Amino acid sequence: MNERPPLETFEGSLNTTMGGCFPGERAVFRGHDLHAELSDSDWIDLYVFGITGRRHTPSQLKVLHAIWVNTSYPDPRLWNNRVAALAGSARSTGILGISAALATSEAAIYGRQIDIAIADFLVRARRAIESGRPLSEVVGEELRTRRSIGGYGRPVAKSAADERNAVVLAIAKKEDLVGGGYLKLAFEIEEFLLSGRWRMRMNYAAIAAALALDIGFSPREYYLYLLPAFLAGMPPCFIEASTRPEQATFPLRCSSLIYEGPARRAW
Amino acid sequence: MASSKDVIHSKLWQEESEPGDPFTATACYCSGYDVYGELLHKASYVDYLYLLFRRERPLPHVARALEILTIALGNPGPRDPSVHAAMSAGVGGSPAAAALMAALAAGAGSSGGAREVLLAMEVWTRCGCDLNAWQTAIASPPVATRQLVWPDIDHFPGFSPYARDVSIPVRQTLEALADCLPDGCARWLLDHRQAIENLVGLSLAMPGVAAAALIDMGITPEAGEMLTLLLRLPGAAAHALEQGEMGFRRFPFFSLDISNDPGPAMPKEGTAR
Repeated sequence: MNERPPLETFEGSLNTTMGGCFPGERAVFRGHDLHAELSDSDWIDLYVFGITGRRHTPSQLKVLHAIWVNTSYPDPRLWNNRVAALAGSARSTGILGISAALATSEAAIYGRQIDIAIADFLVRARRAIESGRPLSEVVGEELRTRRSIGGYGRPVAKSAADERNAVVLAIAKKEDLVGGGYLKLAFEIEEFLLSGRWRMRMNYAAIAAALALDIGFSPREYYLYLLPAFLAGMPPCFIEASTRPEQATFPLRCSSLIYEGPARRAW
Repeated sequence: MASSKDVIHSKLWQEESEPGDPFTATACYCSGYDVYGELLHKASYVDYLYLLFRRERPLPHVARALEILTIALGNPGPRDPSVHAAMSAGVGGSPAAAALMAALAAGAGSSGGAREVLLAMEVWTRCGCDLNAWQTAIASPPVATRQLVWPDIDHFPGFSPYARDVSIPVRQTLEALADCLPDGCARWLLDHRQAIENLVGLSLAMPGVAAAALIDMGITPEAGEMLTLLLRLPGAAAHALEQGEMGFRRFPFFSLDISNDPGPAMPKEGTAR
């Protein structure tokens, strides 16, 4: 951990392979001229190229689009969307509210922490199974050490089937992208969990991760790709809250605070 | 009328209202203390801060330690990534909240940020004032937890990856805190700093000092992370305002060396690519 060149080495020009702009002239994006070579790119193609350095086929991009589209819920009750709605209610700016809602999506019981954890588990599980360990042992160990597996079960609807899975799976099937090893493994894990005492169904996090891993993403690439996954649902929450009277979205009366602390006391 | 389920449970906060105006508080109580009726007149800012985080009023020496920490962390200075980020927002005329959000994001990490304080506090929780336990912890530093969104740590938390020796401000802060917290981790750290630095192979840094003091104050690692984020904001705010006034022309833009630059796509006549 301690071997690192001194900071003096990094003073002066910043060395990069990612790109930069030459105002009034051109911009470079990962070694390509943005306006000459990438100007008519699909936005998600460019976004994912920025993350991975790899270009993707139209079929893969359709699936990547579908993963975003089908989890865009303009429901202001959802905790991340609620941030955007409350910002609108308090007459903050749209970008502040939505940026904070996106940051909130890096949550532990849903969103980005679950996404990267299930992608990481699928990679580790596949490696372990390929080296000869039985699936039951690999999944059992994960449940013992971490108590749950992020892509299975759901905090708001534990036993119901995830309404997004069949839709995205159908799109992936149409694009002939359902034959990958990670998707197969994700279903095998569900089968194991459903047959045991856990009764946990695969949720969207597992199926989306499996599809993306089969496309060739690493867990960290997948995590960054998912940054805007909930984005499309947020502006509607902000906009509608902005059109209600100020502070009229989710108002709470004083008596809605249920106090459970120490009794009144003098300082 | 809201559903009876739409309530917030709190051990921290209670409000009273007049019967005819249920959305306007007439009195607010923080852990049982009347905030506007009594604390405004009797409590200091750090008393109130401590009350919010610990739900009890601090002993005088703890309040003094928190006051010292509030000053020590209050402005990491414009070279710090969090303040640099805030100034980048300020210089472009971004909203005030964007400057502070920028400071929070760049000051949240495990290299000089609030995550480093949390990780260092976890080391203190595990090892306490036991040099052998520290030796074991240093041999197996914290690894990525289930929260894989955090990158792997690059150096042992609480110590500087670059400083050649403990800095004078870090030492001054530790000495001041150890004076107020004579029986805890801060004092032990002052007495054993060089031994631990030798084990780690790095010099003590401000997150390590903050972590020791926060443990002595009875703050949990999670609350310590939050408090660190909060306490570092005043400097970020002030520098963002200052650079906003100075203007972008006097703010560094740096130069880039793009090693895979394809060059102009359509060179002008007579211009070499």
